[in-house]
Amino acid sequence: MRPFEYQRCDTVTDARQAGAGGSRFIAGGTNLLDLMKLQIETPQDLADINRIGLDTIDETDEGGLRIGALVRNSDCAADARILRDYPVLARAILAGASGQLRNRATTGGNLCQRTRCSYFYDTAMPCNKREPGTGCGARGGQNRNMAVLGTSEHCIATYPGDMAVAMYALDATVEIQAADGGTRLLPVRQFHRLPGDTPERDNELDEGELITAVLLPKPVGGKHGYRKARDRASYAFALVSLASVVEVSDGKIARADLAFGSLGTRPWHDPRLEQLLVGEEPSKALFEKAADTLLAEAKGFGGNDFKIPLARRMLIATLADATGLNAAGEPA
Amino acid sequence: MTETRTMDRPDRRNILDEAAQGVIGTPMDRPEGKLKVSGTATYAHEYNLPGTAFGVLVRATVPSGRLAHVNETSVADIEGILGVYSDERFLRNPAQGGANEAPVQGTDIDYFGQAVALVVAETFEAARDGATRIQLRLDADDDGVFDPASSPPEAQPDEAVDQGDLSAAMADAAHSIDVTYTTPGHNSAAMEPHCSVAEWQDGNLILRGSYQMLKYNRNEIADAIGIDPAKVRILSPYVGGGFGSKLGIAPEAVAAAIAAKALNRPVCVALTRQQVFENVMRRSESKQRVRLAADKDGKLSGLGHEAWVSNLPEESFAEPVLQATHFLYGGDSRKLDLYLHRVNRICAGSVRAPGEAIGMQILENAMDELAHEAGIDPVELRIRNIPDMHPEKDIPYTSRKMEEALRTGAEAFGWDKRPAKPATRREGEWLVGMGMATAARINMLQASEARVTLKADGTAIVETDMTDIGTGTYSILTQIAAEMLGLPSERVTTILGDTDLPPAAGSGGSWGAASSGSSVFVACEEIRERIAERLDCKPDELTLKDGQAICGNRSTPLADLLDSDICVEGRIESGKLSQKVQSATYGAHFAEVAVNAVTGETRVRRMLGVFGCGRILNEKTARSQCIGGMTWGMGIALHEDLMFDLRDGHLTNRDLAEYHVPVNLDVPQQDVIFIDERDGESSPIQAKGIGELGICGAAAAITNAIFNATGVRVRDYPATLDKIIAEMA
Amino acid sequence: MKTKLIINGQDRALDADPRVTLLDALRNHLGLPGAKKGCDHGQCGACTVIVNGRRVNSCLTLACMHDGDAVTTIEGIGMADDLDPLQQAFVRHDGYQCGYCTPGQICSARAMLDEAEAGWPSFVSEEMDGAIDLSQLSDEEISERMSGNICRCSAYSNIVDAIREIAHEKQGASA
Repeated sequence: MRPFEYQRCDTVTDARQAGAGGSRFIAGGTNLLDLMKLQIETPQDLADINRIGLDTIDETDEGGLRIGALVRNSDCAADARILRDYPVLARAILAGASGQLRNRATTGGNLCQRTRCSYFYDTAMPCNKREPGTGCGARGGQNRNMAVLGTSEHCIATYPGDMAVAMYALDATVEIQAADGGTRLLPVRQFHRLPGDTPERDNELDEGELITAVLLPKPVGGKHGYRKARDRASYAFALVSLASVVEVSDGKIARADLAFGSLGTRPWHDPRLEQLLVGEEPSKALFEKAADTLLAEAKGFGGNDFKIPLARRMLIATLADATGLNAAGEPA
Repeated sequence: MTETRTMDRPDRRNILDEAAQGVIGTPMDRPEGKLKVSGTATYAHEYNLPGTAFGVLVRATVPSGRLAHVNETSVADIEGILGVYSDERFLRNPAQGGANEAPVQGTDIDYFGQAVALVVAETFEAARDGATRIQLRLDADDDGVFDPASSPPEAQPDEAVDQGDLSAAMADAAHSIDVTYTTPGHNSAAMEPHCSVAEWQDGNLILRGSYQMLKYNRNEIADAIGIDPAKVRILSPYVGGGFGSKLGIAPEAVAAAIAAKALNRPVCVALTRQQVFENVMRRSESKQRVRLAADKDGKLSGLGHEAWVSNLPEESFAEPVLQATHFLYGGDSRKLDLYLHRVNRICAGSVRAPGEAIGMQILENAMDELAHEAGIDPVELRIRNIPDMHPEKDIPYTSRKMEEALRTGAEAFGWDKRPAKPATRREGEWLVGMGMATAARINMLQASEARVTLKADGTAIVETDMTDIGTGTYSILTQIAAEMLGLPSERVTTILGDTDLPPAAGSGGSWGAASSGSSVFVACEEIRERIAERLDCKPDELTLKDGQAICGNRSTPLADLLDSDICVEGRIESGKLSQKVQSATYGAHFAEVAVNAVTGETRVRRMLGVFGCGRILNEKTARSQCIGGMTWGMGIALHEDLMFDLRDGHLTNRDLAEYHVPVNLDVPQQDVIFIDERDGESSPIQAKGIGELGICGAAAAITNAIFNATGVRVRDYPATLDKIIAEMA
Repeated sequence: MKTKLIINGQDRALDADPRVTLLDALRNHLGLPGAKKGCDHGQCGACTVIVNGRRVNSCLTLACMHDGDAVTTIEGIGMADDLDPLQQAFVRHDGYQCGYCTPGQICSARAMLDEAEAGWPSFVSEEMDGAIDLSQLSDEEISERMSGNICRCSAYSNIVDAIREIAHEKQGASA
């Protein structure tokens, strides 16, 4: 870990000024310090924003919720309103990490979580995300954890988190404060970037910008679920995860908000699925078509080929379960 | 004086059963438990000696070549840097267990991640920063071998058996199996990263380290740095797990000693978790082919087991995969071969139950395949193949509770409820099945010494350089001495982990309890004789209980009887008997698993282990050893997998987030049953090893259960979900 | 960097490099080596301590970020001559072997029981309505909630035995 200047911010204004001055924000620190110890992140100035507030969950005028950026994952997942109206989000958060980490990790920080790609994590390895221009070590190497959607020739790493996947399904909005004090709103589905030829940029935050909140829209009905396939029963990153909010009305699918984790280079929401499913009668054939659509452009790199059939199985099973079909894909 | 006992003949006197204190075998709480649960047991890193400097090792980032230059000026401007060390005495890799001499040393690089330099600073933070910024010039060679299969296999003649005609047996068999499995590398991943604090005093090296076998470690480090072993003292009273990874002196100890000498102050070097993965012994990956030929009743006529493993150049250790195959099952025609590939990867060495952990795993998968093929119950198949005599050496076995374990386990587990036909039990999204496997592990008695002092005040002290790596040594040595001397266990103090004390067998190979326990027993027997002398009675008429010496109708408090301490050193040695009999421990594993029909994820629902390990010295710590081993079996069955990049041999999953050891939720409640056993041919205390048996075969019980649940036979470990859904409808 | 911490009820002053983690501050600067370093990256839980009532990985937070915070370490839960019932349960059930992960397990378990009592659900909770009866806390719930603490000796089922005993008693005591 390189030496850095540490500054404690007491207000959002302090934080904005620190951001304008080029400081990196540290909140929970569970990812940033991890990376700093390995000299993967080397900030010269660190602005501690743990005491600037932004740590409450409030109702919005639109009937949704505003989750402050510094609300800890634990608090978010234990909030009665979240549990009642957005269980997909609580489940996703609880599927991630451990009790200890969730007690530190924050809403804003979690959105900015960096990849778990082992080539990113090893400074002796080529990695375009860590060091642009050095190449991608994962392509021809061990790539079990890598993405099958949204990859580029420069990077095939996933966004590894869980919370954001549920936020994609819920079509949440990220509230961002610029270093000059202006505020902008960005749909979370546009927050993370595809790697393209700039894999070093994980998301759309500009330098000095601070996430101040995540806004959840008015609650919607339907069956909420978060399914996470992983190598061990707990405390493991997803191989593939699926956040779902599915509603059936009058025998037809009325809502199918779906997002996948660890499948793409960012949390993966494919609007074609909704178009294909909504208004249709649930059937196995329909779900298979949805899987075909989702995975039409999927490309494996050897070690991660299995994610394609895994995602397919999870999507079909989740839709069947949420719409009341049995295992054979018939109405139960 | 030293009382020496050589195990030339059985000891069936079972003196511990006749002793009156009644503490042996009981589930006594660990005497050091209060320290452990309050965080006050002192591990290597925690001495906080005044003036300690901190060192962090630096890795090679080429897989083959040499360290040409260390640019010390590249870290000179970091505040607090005290020095950068690299030296011809640096270890390439840890010493193998029991090496007793330094391993390969020098600045040649043979694997990616090898520790080649040490940065020392006033603070850990400065040293860590320096270790990532130091510029090294590494001259790379391009002759590295990264895929084991691409190097020619070296036959290991000591392991080879060619008996009868296996090909003919296979051709004539009513039922036969010829299967090839692969297992990946494993890391011990003990919770305490290796750490050494080196301090020099008057030309003597004091090393506070995390080590398992101190008498060897002392010689290894002395050899490595070129000093007389008498000038080395190692202290390891508490060791945060070993599992083989701390058997031999490791790179951090030598680096710390060199830096401490140069700086003339204590130097503390702890491996980072990533360095534990990169610098400490891995269990070799393996390819194993098993051939089984059986008659219509399942009785084996032929058995073949060939294995291919790997190691670094110059290392003689070849994972002894066939170790239990030699003696476990009959079959007149036998073909066993072990081959070693040379590869530029992390050094391969002992990881818990070297040999059997993966050898029994595959042998027991193959037996399950044979049972399925022949339509014979898997438990019954095994019982039918228990040989009368060692099938290769024609020597008898010592006490062997294999059949009892199999039958007891089947009964207790409800094995009769297992559907014989795979993939027939479904509960919602879960496919449920049962599997079993035999457990077996060789047993050894090693030379070991201990000093027992019965003090004039009627308390006792046991002293030895033996270690307790979580295995329960503090408990069992206390219990043996308490039982033999007739003292409540609170009046016995056991002091371990100091090379100034009599040299013990060390913790390794499951021999620690029986070997060091026997040395304490031998010393105590002599003390009993001396007490008997003072009472003028025969030793076998003497009863010691609750601090009283009782002979006939006389009862005398020990404190009254003794005017001075009685101090005896006991020594046990393996003897002629070991060549005349096959000593081993046996058991049976039973597992019930549920496999998710959608994702292929496996969850172990129940697991039972039944074990015969000779006398149980402490029922509580013995059970803990077993459940630990069984959990390791879950790990290697389901997710543990060292993943190397075949382009440069570097390890890609070198931390605990990516190398998946089992977590709490992976582990169901586990049951353990011990078969009552006394094995007087294995040790004077009729005990055998226990630390490794729990893992041997455990993984096979789980994957056999996966087959029963799903009909999918994963022959490429671990049985991760991708391999299961690939075969599942 | 000057930092004031309230550790196990006592005011402690620390003046250290801002890079010093809370874990290294405890172990190397404040003479409290009870919290252990197993991975230094939040992947094992051996460093678990309780900050302002919540369990955290002390390796993944800087000491200077905790000015004024109340920190409870294993030494504050109970010393060898005055063990807390939870510590005694670990001894009785052999909820450890080598002992290295143990302080983290115990700190984690202590705070975990508070979390459950407060009604926090876990990923394995069937119902997420914020009501949890500690006396009924299942083994699966305990295991999931304790999965951030790795025990390579694998005393897991004994650890669950120890925690279950305390959880079930705790409810009885408060009822």
